[in-house]
Amino acid sequence: MEYILIIISAVFINNVVLAQFLGICPFLGVSNKVNTALGMAGAVVFVIVLATMVTYLIQVYVLNKLGIGFMQTITFILVIAALVQMVEIILKKVSQPLYQALGIFLPLITTNCAVLGVAILVIKKNYNLIEGVVYGASTAIGFGLALIILAGIREQLELVDIPNGMKGVSISLVIAGILAMAFMGFTGIVK
Amino acid sequence: MNQFQNFTKGFIKENPILVLVLGTCPTLATTSSSLNGMGMGIATTFVLIGSNVVISLLSNLIPDKVRIPAFVVIIASFVTVIDLIMQAYVPGLYEKLGIFIPLIVVNCIVLGRAEAYACKNSVFSSFIDGFGMGLGFTMALGILGAFREIVGSGAIFGHKFIEGDGVLVFILAPGAFIALGYLIALINRIKKT
Amino acid sequence: MAKTESTFKNMVLSLTLISLGASACLGYVYQMTKVPIELSVLNKKLTAIKLVVPEFNNNPNDEMYKLPTGEGDSLDVYPAKKDNVVVGYAINTNTKKGFSGNISLMAGFKPDGTIISITVLEQKETPGLGTKMAEPLFKNQFNDKNPSQFNLKVKKDGGSVDAITAATISSRAFCDAVQRSYNTLQKGGLK
Repeated sequence: MEYILIIISAVFINNVVLAQFLGICPFLGVSNKVNTALGMAGAVVFVIVLATMVTYLIQVYVLNKLGIGFMQTITFILVIAALVQMVEIILKKVSQPLYQALGIFLPLITTNCAVLGVAILVIKKNYNLIEGVVYGASTAIGFGLALIILAGIREQLELVDIPNGMKGVSISLVIAGILAMAFMGFTGIVK
Repeated sequence: MNQFQNFTKGFIKENPILVLVLGTCPTLATTSSSLNGMGMGIATTFVLIGSNVVISLLSNLIPDKVRIPAFVVIIASFVTVIDLIMQAYVPGLYEKLGIFIPLIVVNCIVLGRAEAYACKNSVFSSFIDGFGMGLGFTMALGILGAFREIVGSGAIFGHKFIEGDGVLVFILAPGAFIALGYLIALINRIKKT
Repeated sequence: MAKTESTFKNMVLSLTLISLGASACLGYVYQMTKVPIELSVLNKKLTAIKLVVPEFNNNPNDEMYKLPTGEGDSLDVYPAKKDNVVVGYAINTNTKKGFSGNISLMAGFKPDGTIISITVLEQKETPGLGTKMAEPLFKNQFNDKNPSQFNLKVKKDGGSVDAITAATISSRAFCDAVQRSYNTLQKGGLK
């Protein structure tokens, strides 16, 4: 039951992008086509799940044991960077077309604040390993959801006349704001 | 360009958040009040200056293939330093900014300037670049924060000037997106004239 | 000076040196800030305690003890004494039932169980709604009430507490935190 709560909360109520403001850069950058959005979302889910597992283990068995909690930022970001490198190498071998499609966006997952943010939040919220992974996966799904919705809307926007000043980032942000408002409606789900 | 231009390019022409659209996450999250936003900006500026200077100093010693991991370690160190200092001396602000302080390490502005400028320029130029970009970032955060605070809570710099609440949506998530969207559009307009 | 070549030896050497240098600097800064950080955490607690109990001349933090709540966790109790006589108990209580997560309060009780005053330590409730719990209009209604007669539930649920308009969940959570602290003190026996 606890897990369902974590999942619903992370995907809808406290959506990582629309409520917690994490992962905005790729959110704005990759959301112009639904296909790329899907690819990015998949890659992010994969990286976040792995990252949450590894960083949790490092926190408990290395940082806490040695009392060097202040090294958290450095070790976490290095782990994430290494994981993304690994994913890149694996993708290149396993699926060339997907690798081509994601192109430059893969290394950008390293600077996706959602990945590091989630890793830190798992520790802050005192989740255990399983709760942490569930939280990480749900967060990534929430990220994917927001990304895909925005991509769908932006594809439609191509057909519409937008004032010059608002083109590009500005209109995406305003739409994201309206989406955020819509998602606020979910807060009533959990009694 | 001379150092004055180097310093001021971060204010409007190449403002990291309003023009280059980097560092959007902390911008949206910490600008519910002007002081919080500026606090974030100052912390980021500290990291920017520190990492730009050190990276510029070491740029010839770092082999090209490992430059990104090396930059990340250097930036992460400065982030941890400012994190510890803030925790010790400004705990109120530290709590308000929360996880966005460690997240400075993935703020695209910092890594972006390191990649694009610090590793190719002199130490002094890199210092000026970091300072100017950081200041431009802080100003943008201050303006966005001020707007959201005035309209959203009817206060400025923590002092309320109306009874009751303002237009609450602006201090919540949707308001952040919308306000930033319009601010960027405004700057685009100003740049065109 | 020409740029250092990307030979394997150089790469490993430079990364190791940078990492060692970084760790050393961080260790130093950590040692330097350790005491101020502990002091500021302590200060925050003492400030909160002062707000909810009458004047005291002991050090409540030194005499802090934990009491189980009966729900599987425990709360920190800080006895405030004047000239070695207990004048109040400040108890750091919390609840997970907040609208947006954890709420933590410092509740002050007289030795006979009457609430002296309550101050909000941490909350992330909706601005303008749940956040009103920190305002005197809501929280002062608990002052000088004894939970044995003053039912710590919102009026909607048959209790005596005036909930914040449109913020029933936040109000209920606040009551839950206060109830937990009262139960814990009762169970532990007011020393």
